[in-house]
Amino acid sequence: MNVPASYVIALSGVLFTLGVLGVLIRRNAIVIFMSIELMLNSANLALVGFARSMGPAAEALRGQVFVFFVIAVAAAEVAVGLALIVAIFRSKESIDIDLVNSLRG
Amino acid sequence: MTTDLALFIGLALIAIVSAVSMLVSRNAVYSALFLVLNFLTVAMFYLLLHAAFIAMVQITVYAGAIMVLFLFVIMLLGTEREEIGGSIRWQMPVAIVLAVGLAAELVIVIFRSAAGVQGQIAALPESFGSPASIGRLLFSEYLVPFEAVSILLLVAMIGTIVLTLNKGKESR
Repeated sequence: MNVPASYVIALSGVLFTLGVLGVLIRRNAIVIFMSIELMLNSANLALVGFARSMGPAAEALRGQVFVFFVIAVAAAEVAVGLALIVAIFRSKESIDIDLVNSLRG
Repeated sequence: MTTDLALFIGLALIAIVSAVSMLVSRNAVYSALFLVLNFLTVAMFYLLLHAAFIAMVQITVYAGAIMVLFLFVIMLLGTEREEIGGSIRWQMPVAIVLAVGLAAELVIVIFRSAAGVQGQIAALPESFGSPASIGRLLFSEYLVPFEAVSILLLVAMIGTIVLTLNKGKESR
């Protein structure tokens, strides 16, 4: 695909903003978590876009290796995060984050 | 307009519309399925950007494993439905204004930076981003981080088991 790299980076910025918006306006903990995944994914898209624009230098491939590591860490994060959500659901019988206020003074 | 640009705009529209649909869906299952569509579209971008290996990892790990986990938890807990509009009335408009500001700033910064002015990009060799080239890099230069990731996944697995362990089992 022969489009300027800035288009890809701009798309990644828009997707990141939509993820931020999801974290701000939704109250379902699972949907908030999915928005965080959207943000991680947009960062990956930016990394791949930069790797494409820096090519064919051999160092450019390291951007893609970094994306690989980000995906692996995201997999670990999702496993622990969903376990936390299940634990919250067990104690609160809900995953509405407005109800998770036991620490409020 | 070249075919490349048309392809980019079409895929970008699908990605943005699926992300917005994810945000506004009342049902969390629909949100998850829209997110799968978004991940698949991003995988198409990876393929077009000479990242074949990353595209396949994206489809198997993200669109496959992670989203199945999400759907499983949504259906396990039975909390698909949720009323939009929180207890704070001004939260939604403020959030939208802030997000639009952030998007505008991001786009301005990106198009003004050095990466933005670069027009046409160089052609790449066929092997760029192939599984062989990524694998060679992973198992030589990045061997230690690669092994660290395996430990991280093991710790995450143990943590998940500990978190969801049924503590009431002893009393039964």
